[in-house]
Amino acid sequence: MSAFNRKWLTGGSVLFLLLSAKEAFAEYAYNFPESVSPLTRDIHDVHMMTTKLAFWIMVVIIAVVAFSILKFRKSSGYEADQEFHKGTFGTWSWLLVPIIVLGIDFSISGPGLKALDMVEENIDADLTVKVVGSQWKWSYEYVNDDVKIISNLLPEEKAGDKYLREVDNPLVLPTDRKVRFLHTATDVLHAWWVPAIAIKKDSIPGYINETWTQIEKEGTYYGQCAENCGRGHAYMPIRVEAVSPEKFDSWMAEQKGAKLAALAEAQSDKEWALEELMAKGEKVYNTYCAGCHQATGLGLPGVFPALKGSAIATGSMEGHVDIVMNGKAGTAMSGWSAQLNDLDLAAVITYERNAWGNDAGDLIQPKEIKAAR
Amino acid sequence: MTTSVMHDDHHHEPPAGWQRWVFSTNHKDIGTMYLIFALVMMFLGGGMAMVIRAELFLPGLQLVQPDLYNNLVTNHALIMVFGVVMPAAAGMANWMIPLMIGAPDMALPRLNNLSFWLLPMGGTLLVLSMVVPFVGGGAPVTSGWTLYPPLSTQAGMGMDLLIFTIHILGISSILASINIIVTIVNMRAPGMDWMKLPIFVWAWMFTALLLVLIMPILAGAVTMLLFDRHMGTSFFDAAGGGDPVLFQHLFWFFGHPEVYVLLLPSIGVLGIVIPTFARKPLFGYKPLVGGMAFLATLGMVVWAHHQYTVGMSLAATKYFMIGTILISVPVGLMIFAFILTMWRGAMTFETPMLFAIAIIVMFSFAGVTGVMLAVVPADLQYHDTYFVVAHFHYALIPGALFGLYAGVFYWLPKWTGHMYDEKLGKIFFWWTTLGFNLTFFPQHFLGLAGMPRRIVDYNVQFTEFNVISSVGGILFGLSHLLFLYIIIKTVKGGEKAEAKAWEGAMIGTPGLEWTLSSPPPHHSFATPPVVK
Repeated sequence: MSAFNRKWLTGGSVLFLLLSAKEAFAEYAYNFPESVSPLTRDIHDVHMMTTKLAFWIMVVIIAVVAFSILKFRKSSGYEADQEFHKGTFGTWSWLLVPIIVLGIDFSISGPGLKALDMVEENIDADLTVKVVGSQWKWSYEYVNDDVKIISNLLPEEKAGDKYLREVDNPLVLPTDRKVRFLHTATDVLHAWWVPAIAIKKDSIPGYINETWTQIEKEGTYYGQCAENCGRGHAYMPIRVEAVSPEKFDSWMAEQKGAKLAALAEAQSDKEWALEELMAKGEKVYNTYCAGCHQATGLGLPGVFPALKGSAIATGSMEGHVDIVMNGKAGTAMSGWSAQLNDLDLAAVITYERNAWGNDAGDLIQPKEIKAAR
Repeated sequence: MTTSVMHDDHHHEPPAGWQRWVFSTNHKDIGTMYLIFALVMMFLGGGMAMVIRAELFLPGLQLVQPDLYNNLVTNHALIMVFGVVMPAAAGMANWMIPLMIGAPDMALPRLNNLSFWLLPMGGTLLVLSMVVPFVGGGAPVTSGWTLYPPLSTQAGMGMDLLIFTIHILGISSILASINIIVTIVNMRAPGMDWMKLPIFVWAWMFTALLLVLIMPILAGAVTMLLFDRHMGTSFFDAAGGGDPVLFQHLFWFFGHPEVYVLLLPSIGVLGIVIPTFARKPLFGYKPLVGGMAFLATLGMVVWAHHQYTVGMSLAATKYFMIGTILISVPVGLMIFAFILTMWRGAMTFETPMLFAIAIIVMFSFAGVTGVMLAVVPADLQYHDTYFVVAHFHYALIPGALFGLYAGVFYWLPKWTGHMYDEKLGKIFFWWTTLGFNLTFFPQHFLGLAGMPRRIVDYNVQFTEFNVISSVGGILFGLSHLLFLYIIIKTVKGGEKAEAKAWEGAMIGTPGLEWTLSSPPPHHSFATPPVVK
């Protein structure tokens, strides 16, 4: 076989591979998800414009370079033009560059600046949601309604194909209403990013950043933390559930009712049985603790310690209460005394001592927690 | 590495054995040590990249845990920036600048010795910072090379060692830069006017000026971080009245000009390589010098485009956006000058030229994605995704690393006295370029589809492009074994190189290195040559 034939044969098989690959990958995302808010759609348009421009600039550059390589070769007897860099063209042609480049730049920066103004149009919102990033979960506070949602990673066995995108409690938002987000963080930097509905701004401890959206279509929108926040950075997904305004209002009323009931329950002097605390504790655990320690109590080896069979969860009650309420310095374990009420704390501690084969066998009452505060 | 060539002055032959290297004040020996240091560090940093790509090959945790993963990401970047590209470019400057401008040596030879020997110290500290978490030194550094607080204040002892690493490497860079500036200003041969300087020397002049201006800022910023960690200050802690965003401003005030520190030496190499193999003078020498000056100046005042998402005022954001877009003007000038140098030339395609042509295309691509990123609203979507990872690897691998490869192949004959194996050189070029593009091109798509940076595990929807990227990454990594082999083979032997190793080497504004033997005598120019 001649060298020429071999060359084409190799080239052909590579091309075939690429084409068949293209078919296989055709259904996978290679661009932004469909935008469902005015701002993200505008940005999508700017992005497509600059992408097309970038494409054509590359076509021109590659064409000129390819032409030069083919034409101006010593092997085809071409003689170098030693005067080319002199004369009027050689001296002044560089001026073409700023003219052409600035022309392209200004055609980009016009729409860019317009979209940028839109980024800041976060006033007159119907609804304000405070988004707080913590290592490693999101919490959402509906500022006008005093309702709070804690949103955790859903473990792989429950999330399946949506693992690392799916959460236990999504952020529920109404369509067609303007929503303002206030971003902040409790520990390190995070960034809340759901590309279909809103741009990202960093969540910075001590700062409040603002973004906004107005969702146009009911549906489920995914995103995840975009600013490196350490060990659990990959484990901070976001799900937004967009529902009709009517559905949203009834959902909100439900949340408020549930909150009042929980408060009344926690303040009663009732003596709780082990089964009741266990049932309640499991819910609390899955909301607040499972993000790190996992629903199985096994933790993530090398990352988050297991509670199953742990010395603390099966040891003295005082030690266990102390670490849950006050956290452990120098680790990701934060104190929960400010965030959970007496009943929730009592329930979750009791749960941890008796779940997954832990056999401490004892329980703690809400009023004992109250005394320990 | 260089075989010692005697010349008539017998009092000045190099000491034998290890003393030749440890006590060296010779610009060529020190240059060689810089280059070897960079090569060793490249295999270390590259090895980390291989682990990163292997981990990301498929979803799930296969090889490394999240903390170690983020530590590898951090150190991969620090090693590649401070341990590979900067030392390699400094090694080239040491070797070539005195030869090019007709100087006997660097202006401050003992300072030169110090600035090199600080590097292995810094490198050791950096490796220690990775090791201490395994022997009870607290949590590893997981913040990425930007070392943003508060995350970096959470790390253990490794972070302190990294801060000292940056101090040591910073001192080394500042000393080397002062030396280079003084050499270029004072040591030029009679007749070697500013406008006759080889473009590589100009490029290094701007690089050195930038380094002297920016390294102290970084040193100050990490010292404040050290104080926050141990002395009870709260420069960057909002709870104590400080400001986490302040660190980002200080870091990127260093960090953005640093991009041009990495880039400019390679631009200088291209300005030498392309005229040689196109056999005609560099097109637009003066606009190119002016363009580099403009680039260096503008590069100092657009840092905040790395932090569009921190919530700056609208006015500040607009300023940084326009400033950043304007960078396309000097970069456009460079591409224009290089393409028109090729235009109507008589080109041959030796390995350095192949790299140069590929750089023009791939670096232009980094340029256009750079303009896309500069547009703030769009960046608020791209920011911290793989789109950014792809963009800056396109900027820094072709823009910095491949430019240095071109320089290595171009000057290996001068350094060693032997021609490298051209066939192997070309195989290396195709292999490494293919591997590089296969690794980083798909990452643009990953970023647009929503995959953030610095995550150890990802949702299955990102699998396909990660598989391609990892396969490319392993190819790209392996190609460097061939690179190492070519270098060793050339050092050991091969066709003898003439004084003027390349036919077109003396065209336009060449350096004086081709007037000396290959390899050059131990003391480069005993008497100053006169440039007509």
